[in-house]
Amino acid sequence: MSTIQPVASENDLNPDLALVEKVRAGDVAAYDALVRKYERQIFRIAQHITQNREDAEDVMQDAFVKAFEKLDQFQGNSKFYTWLVRIAVNESLMRLRKRRTGRVVSMDDEILTEEGSVPRDFADWAPNPEDNYSQAELAEILKKTIQGLPPGFRVVFVLRDVDGLSTEETAQTLGLSIPAVKSRLLRARLQLRERLSRYFKRKPAQKSAPAKRS
Amino acid sequence: MTCTEFLAMLDDVIDEAIAGQTRSEIETHLRGCGHCEVVLNTTRQTIEIYRCHEIYSLPTKVSERLHAAIMARCAKVR
Repeated sequence: MSTIQPVASENDLNPDLALVEKVRAGDVAAYDALVRKYERQIFRIAQHITQNREDAEDVMQDAFVKAFEKLDQFQGNSKFYTWLVRIAVNESLMRLRKRRTGRVVSMDDEILTEEGSVPRDFADWAPNPEDNYSQAELAEILKKTIQGLPPGFRVVFVLRDVDGLSTEETAQTLGLSIPAVKSRLLRARLQLRERLSRYFKRKPAQKSAPAKRS
Repeated sequence: MTCTEFLAMLDDVIDEAIAGQTRSEIETHLRGCGHCEVVLNTTRQTIEIYRCHEIYSLPTKVSERLHAAIMARCAKVR
């Protein structure tokens, strides 16, 4: 027996549409709610790309103001958030370009390396490995580790795994193909895993029986 | 299934996007391959750690300052 699937309403697909419409109608206060909702995520993405706190603050401001100015161009066929992230990514890249004195910076920078695409470290991690470090030490480890990734991998990992965007949304946001997002995500995940293993793996005394590999 | 074949599907395994026969083959492979089991578990932990720890926090004071600046600029646009 077939079942009737509920049809997703426009508001389910784009939960911010009502606020966006209010802003378009001249209600600036409605934009305040959108800024509050997404400012932390936009700041985090900008910081991950620019690697500079001051730049990330500027990007966050510029991205929200630009989105406000261009709101009439928002078609509503993507989520407001993914549209906003796309603006923030472009602003972040422009900021990087300025810092690097005009050198072209893109999401394709430094991704030609095959480093980390094949796992080498097969040691299991200690149980709750984060507990072996203070909050400050852990933050430093996580920061240093993710900063070592090429920007094109880093931003895919952040959007897909930290922000929870789908593969399709990540592709749309970054102007990449779905296979490109999948390839970068796999390599980002593996490179991070490999690098974190240096800190989190079991101490030799904790080692379990050796594993075999096919 | 070989380790290389497993690795090619690692993202789909993590995202639980695999079902049926392939899923059974993966489970069989994992039962016999400690290396792939470690790679799967530690990759899952990697994602979880980054998801749970905010490494670039935005202190409330800074957030309020930036928020006010954004809204002031937006008010000028209109």
